[in-house]
Amino acid sequence: MRRVCTGIGRVCTGIGRVCTGIAGAAPAVTRPRDNSTLLGLAGLAGLLLFLEALPRLGVVNDAYLPPTSRIAAALADELATVEFWQAVRDTLTGWAIGLVIAVSAGVVAGIVIGAMPVLRAATASTIEFLRPIPSVALIPLAVLLYGTDLGSVLLLVVYAAFWQVLVQVLYGVADVDPIADETARSFGFGTWARVRYVLWPTALPYVFTGIRLAASVALVLAVTAELVIGAPGLGKLIAVAQNSGAVPVMYALIAVTGLLGVAINLAARFFERRTLAWHQSVRGEVAP
Amino acid sequence: MLEVSGLRKIYRSGEREVEALRDLTFTVDNGDLVCLVGPSGCGKTTLLRCIAGLLEPSGGSVRLDGREVSGPAPGLAMVFQEYGRSLFPWMSVRDNVELPLKQKKIPKPRRATLVAEALNAVGLEGTETAYPWQLSGGMQQRVAIARAVAYEPSTLLMDEPFAAVDAQTRADLEDLVRALWQRLKVTVLFITHDIDEAIYLGQRVVMLSSSPTVVQDEITVDLPAARDQLHTRADPRFTELRTHVYEQIQAAKRGARLVVDSQAG
Amino acid sequence: MTSVARAFGMRRIAYVLGLPVVLFGIWFLASAGSENFYAPPLRQILRSFADTWTLERLDADVLPSLLRLLAGYAIAGVLGVAVGVTIGLNRRVRATVEPVLEFFRAVPPPVLVPVIMLFAGIGDGMKIIVIAFGCVWPILLNTVEGVRAVDSVQLDTAKAYGIGGPARISRVVLPAASPQIAAGLRQALSIAIILMVISEMFASSNGLGFTIVQFQRSFAIPEMWSGIILLGLLGFALSLLFRLAEGRALRWYHGLREAQRKA
Repeated sequence: MRRVCTGIGRVCTGIGRVCTGIAGAAPAVTRPRDNSTLLGLAGLAGLLLFLEALPRLGVVNDAYLPPTSRIAAALADELATVEFWQAVRDTLTGWAIGLVIAVSAGVVAGIVIGAMPVLRAATASTIEFLRPIPSVALIPLAVLLYGTDLGSVLLLVVYAAFWQVLVQVLYGVADVDPIADETARSFGFGTWARVRYVLWPTALPYVFTGIRLAASVALVLAVTAELVIGAPGLGKLIAVAQNSGAVPVMYALIAVTGLLGVAINLAARFFERRTLAWHQSVRGEVAP
Repeated sequence: MLEVSGLRKIYRSGEREVEALRDLTFTVDNGDLVCLVGPSGCGKTTLLRCIAGLLEPSGGSVRLDGREVSGPAPGLAMVFQEYGRSLFPWMSVRDNVELPLKQKKIPKPRRATLVAEALNAVGLEGTETAYPWQLSGGMQQRVAIARAVAYEPSTLLMDEPFAAVDAQTRADLEDLVRALWQRLKVTVLFITHDIDEAIYLGQRVVMLSSSPTVVQDEITVDLPAARDQLHTRADPRFTELRTHVYEQIQAAKRGARLVVDSQAG
Repeated sequence: MTSVARAFGMRRIAYVLGLPVVLFGIWFLASAGSENFYAPPLRQILRSFADTWTLERLDADVLPSLLRLLAGYAIAGVLGVAVGVTIGLNRRVRATVEPVLEFFRAVPPPVLVPVIMLFAGIGDGMKIIVIAFGCVWPILLNTVEGVRAVDSVQLDTAKAYGIGGPARISRVVLPAASPQIAAGLRQALSIAIILMVISEMFASSNGLGFTIVQFQRSFAIPEMWSGIILLGLLGFALSLLFRLAEGRALRWYHGLREAQRKA
């Protein structure tokens, strides 16, 4: 006499025994992951086709919006020039240096201000006033001070990115569980120890969010500074292309900046996930 | 009257097929209060969602007042377990209770009456302008019950409504459900994992097996109609019934059935 | 007011005004005798502020800027939410369209100015289109995300009580998604201000950005500084207005979060 297992999640323990299945939990609806990647790619392909068709069908003047194929050709040409790669390097240099400065300053300032309630209260109004000031307001100043040097790019990038980091770090510090902090204090942890064992682990995810947001903003400002001021980089190439009427090249370069932005965002998320996964498991051990 | 016959539900996700409900058949007569108990993961929620018309069964049928249920029916009101997520936080208590009535196109004066009566019935008069998140868990669940009651349903479905509430509040809410049931003469299907609660509340208790679910057993609760937390639960008959149900649930957890396996031999 | 309350109130005022006043004072004093061409004394800047930004000038330059900003922002808001809700409700459409939207969002908005200039010339229309096109993406993407993330229990409740169609969207989906939408609107506001300024720096005959650049090109430094300060004040004022509006509209959300935090 053999019993046949008749359900998923049941373990048949053989002839003559009672089926001792583990009752299955309510089945979760799994996301069809492959499906949505395919759909996403289809969407992108659709966009390219659409942009190819529009000017060819005469809906749009092809002097204003060249067909995708022409833009792709212009892009291929650009990729072959030394100028292009130099510009990419210039943009990324300004972006990277500005980001590092902004993140360091933002994290330090955020932790110092966040850790002391008095400072937080005293600086709150100043931060709320300075934060919304559009960094582009500093463009004329940057031009006067640094002309078309890297300095003007850095001025804009650092100013804009700093606030992103600072705000996130302040959120992170505010998120610290007061009970965890009190526990630490009752064990005689001094300020530095509390920062290290309580504040930093709580704030770390926020720091990463801040870095991710700052990275995006930094790219935008870097390219903007190059575009408007004329500092060397992709933005400047775009301005040159526009001035000389090289429309396909202009679009190609714009696409490159978009792709760069996407790449930076993906890289930031990837980095964030990897580091925080490690961090979470470490946290698991340290948590009370 | 609620008739469930041969209800079957299979979940398909990619390659996997999970048979949550295999063959469920039971009836709830008009005006009855029937409790459904079962081990964890036996598909109670799936069953309730099929009955409520939120989920389409893979086989069998659900008939409400003679008509097959193919979507949420106007004669049916549901109280969810997660009251915090079921009430809309952007609306006041009054607006939450009133919203389904607006959908039913009930005129304004009648709506106001229904809302006031429902809130009174659950003991929440005076909280109309409060927001759900300003209230305690027990009070929020009362709002959800008021919303169901104001809807004037013929059948009330309750999905483990007191699972997330503390024990003392739960006792009050159980008495509230019985009081409302007797007053409004609605049909109530009450799902719970708490055996004591099932026996305390129900006229009948239907026990479910573990997944793939069938009806394991049914008993009639022959306790007096007037029940209270103290005396009813101390009644020896209560203990007998409780033991019986408990044994059935344990057997269900082990996967054994009291029905003879047709493949034996 | 009791003396305790008064003391408490004064303490708050001290915190709010303290540091700004101190910084202002330092700037004033440090720059008092400044000979630096690019960093004139604050007194001089303040004087030129009063002289430059007369009512006529505000009307001729600042008002057009603001109107263009509001127009572009409003268009982006309406379009972003409407399209976002449509996309967010349909899982397949969302999966198809999301990469495209993320790409457009990643393009630095000011870069679009030369492009849109090709199509729309250099008038008011161009600037409004630039602002709208640039700041619609965070609104759109946040709306999609907000709609997608509506609690399934809330949707089930709506379904169980027969709340469907347009009522479901206006009474359940939109309110549930509104915190996320508000976040998108806030990001969009910063972008809109940036684009307002940049589009004027590029091609304009009036406007705040245009005026500041004019000052810079003609080396009218104190006036340029005063323009920068005005722009800063504008950014601050708009941000404050936004926060007030959001605080009112999302009062329920802030209350809910507060209650959850205490629990």
